[in-house]
Amino acid sequence: MSKKRHILPGFNLSLGWSVTWLSMIVLLPLAALIGKTASGGWGHFWETVTDPQVVASYRISFGISLIAALINGVFGLMAAWIFARYQFPGRRFMEAATDLPFALPTAVAGIALTALYSPNEWIGKWLEPLGIKIAFTPIGILLAMIFIGFPFVVRSVQPVISELSVDVEEAAACLGATRWQTLKSVVFPTLVPSLLTGVIMAYGRAVGEYGSIVFISGNIPFKTEITPLMIVHKLEQYDYTGAAAIGFTMLVASLLIVCAGNFLQSWGNRFRERT
Amino acid sequence: MASFIDLHHPPGSDRRADRMVRSTSEPLWLRRLLIGIVLAFFVLFLALPLIVIFQGALEKGFGYFLHNFTDHDILHSMLVTLIVALITVPANALFGIAAAWAITRFRFRGRQLLLALIDLPLWVSPVIGGLVYVLLYGRRGYFGPWLQAHDIRIIFAMPGIVLATTFVTFPFVARSLIPLMQAQGCEEEEAALTLGASGFEILRRITLPKIRWGFFYGLILCNARAMGEFGAVSVVSAKISGKTNTMPLEIERLYNDYLFASAFTVAAALSLLSLITLLLKTIAEWQNTRQLEAGRRALLESSIDTIPSKANA
Repeated sequence: MSKKRHILPGFNLSLGWSVTWLSMIVLLPLAALIGKTASGGWGHFWETVTDPQVVASYRISFGISLIAALINGVFGLMAAWIFARYQFPGRRFMEAATDLPFALPTAVAGIALTALYSPNEWIGKWLEPLGIKIAFTPIGILLAMIFIGFPFVVRSVQPVISELSVDVEEAAACLGATRWQTLKSVVFPTLVPSLLTGVIMAYGRAVGEYGSIVFISGNIPFKTEITPLMIVHKLEQYDYTGAAAIGFTMLVASLLIVCAGNFLQSWGNRFRERT
Repeated sequence: MASFIDLHHPPGSDRRADRMVRSTSEPLWLRRLLIGIVLAFFVLFLALPLIVIFQGALEKGFGYFLHNFTDHDILHSMLVTLIVALITVPANALFGIAAAWAITRFRFRGRQLLLALIDLPLWVSPVIGGLVYVLLYGRRGYFGPWLQAHDIRIIFAMPGIVLATTFVTFPFVARSLIPLMQAQGCEEEEAALTLGASGFEILRRITLPKIRWGFFYGLILCNARAMGEFGAVSVVSAKISGKTNTMPLEIERLYNDYLFASAFTVAAALSLLSLITLLLKTIAEWQNTRQLEAGRRALLESSIDTIPSKANA
């Protein structure tokens, strides 16, 4: 049947291999996650995911990630703007460096940030006399989440700024708009979809992040424990159904975040086609 | 009055150029302020962490730095990381080519679903990437009893590390190939087919040269993640130094043992790798855009060529 519809060879081989590999690496393991979650029963599931210590970890993982994503939205927009619009020495270098959080192993980032912000280290020792503690507090977690989410916003917004035609801004200026009015009513509305997409992607990444956070967070129960760490704790106690229950909850949360991101992206595409 | 004069005596060209810039750009002080803020952000979040790693690695002198690389456990962790990357990167590369070929060259039911599932490991927590394999192959997992009866160890051993790494690096090659192959179209492949080339000949002599930079881009990103993965691997590894520790796990072990200089040395080695990755990635991105644009132009030209011939007929 497929041969009639397609001219090029290799349909069965390429699709067969893709689906086999996908099943082995992603589908079967995910089925195990769902199966293990279900095997514990509803009561056990609810008890696990509403355990006060786990609930406290949601506040950190989902709450602080949101603050980090919003901060990244501000700085990411600024960085994308200056990369797309301004000429200054070192611009290409900075553009390339933007992706460092993607390339740097999370454990390396984790110990580096801890070393910077610990009480008697580089930056920490200047803040300690002021009574500001960063490492082993939620602020440390926030910094790690800002670090890993930053490239998402820049990568999402910068192409849209580059595509903008300056004619529209010229027209606005000719009609007597001040630069601020032009930015506020002409430029910024076209950037909103891509900005939101970038912020949501940064949020999703920060929610699931583990390596760069566990070093700087100090992992104090009820205070600085993140949700992925709760999975690790359950596995250390060989509580597979408990670990699966928390894992499943995170999976559903991530799915919702991704759906929101995709929805915004398609909205943004429609928006751009219209303009 | 000033506007009246301006109308009759147009301002000098330099002044007009200045006003043009001003109308579509921000005032100089704001531009400088923005660049300054972003620069400060970069120094604080990107430059300082790198500096602190290399400073920490060289704290006890260059001799000590080099001496670390004769340590058995550190060397072994580098070997484990290398083996893991050598297995997972080619495996995912093969999958990436197959998936990109199927998705960009054919239309079939479930195509969108396949695309979405390829992305899945990108957005779930890496810890879940390790967890799912524990649930399958761990002592109390679905296949645990059977594996124990046959004395096969997957979790807390090398196969588990390879599987978890494969999970988190799964989308990289496919993701970098699909948009590229989509944009390039398949006219050249079809031409080769009519000239009698076999499927593998087409792949080797037409498609692979066309996508080589996108492929390379995917490979280096996949490799960087494979060598640097921490969350997924820390769940499935027994964390025994000198046996099942990858470099990131060895960093954690050394750090928790307060061997900071050694931890930072391993971290410096991985940082160097990520800097090389960034450099190669930038080059590949640049070349990839060129290939993409060449593909688009060829597509455009071929469609322009066909319009007059249709009109003549």
